[in-house]
Amino acid sequence: MHAPVVTTGRDLRLDLFRGIALWLIFLDHIPSNLVAWGTIRNYGFSDATEIFVFVSGYTAAFVYGKEMRERGFIIAGAHILRRAWQIYVAHVFLFAIYLAEISYVATSFENPLYAEEMNILDFLKQPDVTIVQALLLKFKPSNMDILPLYIILLLLFPPILWLLQFRSSLALGASVLLYVLTWHFNWNMPSYPSGHWYFNPFAWQLLFVFGAWCALGGAQRLSTVLQSPVTLSVAAAYLLFAFVISLTWYLPGMSQYVPHWLEEVIYPIDKVNLDVLRFAHFLALAVLTVRFVPRDWPFLKSWWAWPPIVCGQHSLEIFCLGVFLSFAAHFAMVEVSGAVWMQFLVSGLGIVAMIAVACLITWYKRAEGRSPGSRSRKTPDADLAGGEA
Amino acid sequence: MKTPVAATLAGLAVALLALGGTAVATDGQKCESPGYLLFGNNELKHVAEAVKKDRRLTIAVVGTGSSILAGPDGPRSAYPARLEAALKQRLPSVAVKVVTLVRTRMSAEDLARGMAKLLVDEKPDLVIWQTGTLDAIRRIEPEDFRAALDEGVETLHKGGADVILMNMQYSPRTDIMVALGPYADNMRVVAQQHEIPLFDRLAIMRHWSDTGAFDLYAAGKDNVLAQLVHDCIGRAIASMIIDAAHLEPVESKAGQ
Repeated sequence: MHAPVVTTGRDLRLDLFRGIALWLIFLDHIPSNLVAWGTIRNYGFSDATEIFVFVSGYTAAFVYGKEMRERGFIIAGAHILRRAWQIYVAHVFLFAIYLAEISYVATSFENPLYAEEMNILDFLKQPDVTIVQALLLKFKPSNMDILPLYIILLLLFPPILWLLQFRSSLALGASVLLYVLTWHFNWNMPSYPSGHWYFNPFAWQLLFVFGAWCALGGAQRLSTVLQSPVTLSVAAAYLLFAFVISLTWYLPGMSQYVPHWLEEVIYPIDKVNLDVLRFAHFLALAVLTVRFVPRDWPFLKSWWAWPPIVCGQHSLEIFCLGVFLSFAAHFAMVEVSGAVWMQFLVSGLGIVAMIAVACLITWYKRAEGRSPGSRSRKTPDADLAGGEA
Repeated sequence: MKTPVAATLAGLAVALLALGGTAVATDGQKCESPGYLLFGNNELKHVAEAVKKDRRLTIAVVGTGSSILAGPDGPRSAYPARLEAALKQRLPSVAVKVVTLVRTRMSAEDLARGMAKLLVDEKPDLVIWQTGTLDAIRRIEPEDFRAALDEGVETLHKGGADVILMNMQYSPRTDIMVALGPYADNMRVVAQQHEIPLFDRLAIMRHWSDTGAFDLYAAGKDNVLAQLVHDCIGRAIASMIIDAAHLEPVESKAGQ
């Protein structure tokens, strides 16, 4: 069996939407941020995480799939594992910054109103346990859950990618099966101090593998389905339904219009295990996106689209920067003011910083590529695939 | 992404309309709780009955650390006492009693276990169940949290008491350190499914912070802010109870 033909060239839509997803994740991660009202999680079931994981799967397959065909399983697999290591290092770095921030904010805080909330800091009393658990990826502060998921997904990716190249339907089927079994048997990875991973890798792998499957020819196979008016109207209707349901979360008066049996069916919408409703919501968004945002859309080449695209092209760096900036924004809100103008200010400045750093990285990479004696560029040039894997 | 953009705009418009809509002045204080957060469609039938038939109302507040205040003034100024004062003022012909059963560092499951005994000991018409904070801090499995809520609410309903669920405090200084979302969501779902009111303390305090009624970022050992916030919470719950049980309050002069 032949490896499926892969479209070459750069799909700027991936960069664009990953860039936008990075912005939205940043905005959602700033606590108490009014600007986050504008992010998609408030208007439906899925949020920017789905976009990020899907696009990451897509680009990982695109970049490493090509390498696997050209240079073999071992080399491509080694590169994937190196990538996982880089992400692990980035995660530990962020954890150090997180500890610094909250230790500072917490010790300068004494308010009788929040005596109970101060229990949050109990983990600081046991740094020996906490830090080791963090290195084992079992202790994950809130907002630091996505990178550990990404690490696990990449660690498992070499054999999946191999299978996707030759028996793509089988690989996707296996992924769906794992998802179903996970739901059935409640599989998850343990967390510290209790509970399980906030993004269950056994469930979320479905979106990553689905993204990879789309990159390796699946999207083309689906194109007739994607273009059909029936699919389109079903997707639009579902998005509308999700929007109406999401309104009831914020306007309790509206919940009387939601019949009980429906509540029984849809709730809880489980983010941990990538609820089917969330997955479907992402698919519906993707269907409309593919339909209304053509690959050769002139806007993609315009100056307006450039800022999110350049962010999406350096996703790991910009993601980490976003997490760091969300800590910094929280710090500024605590130390200066938490007023609404400040929320808009830190949100705006954060996005500007993300764009600026993305430009700087682009410049570095270009300078490195040109300078004599720079390291070999034979390792996959992730930028070509619309971002790094 | 045409549709999501349109949906976003529409949602924002609705949210803004709602924000600008009815706000309920909860007496004297500058804190106003928006009606869309306070008033739902779930009724407090036992409360209505107890007030109509017997002219008395016994309320039990079950909760953890955020239902009390430290210091000599603590018991008098924490929200359960403020609720009692507000109800007595607005329902002068009703014998109102609020008992507080607070146990610090207790999860929802721990509290749910005590509900049967509570029914026997206090025979409350209404239980205000404040929970979620510790569960979120300890990262207790959200499903287990929800099961505990279900169990507790069912016990109380079987025992003939109405229930109001109260979620976490809005704490902007610490909210980067703990993910309240899944726990708040589960409380909302349980409230919807059992058709009981949810006192959305998280959203209401967030509203006070956003509108500048209180500076909840403030640090300091000072008790003044805590007392004002608890007073406002007490009054807001009183409004919620009066609305959900269709009671007819006497409006105080301060509220005019």
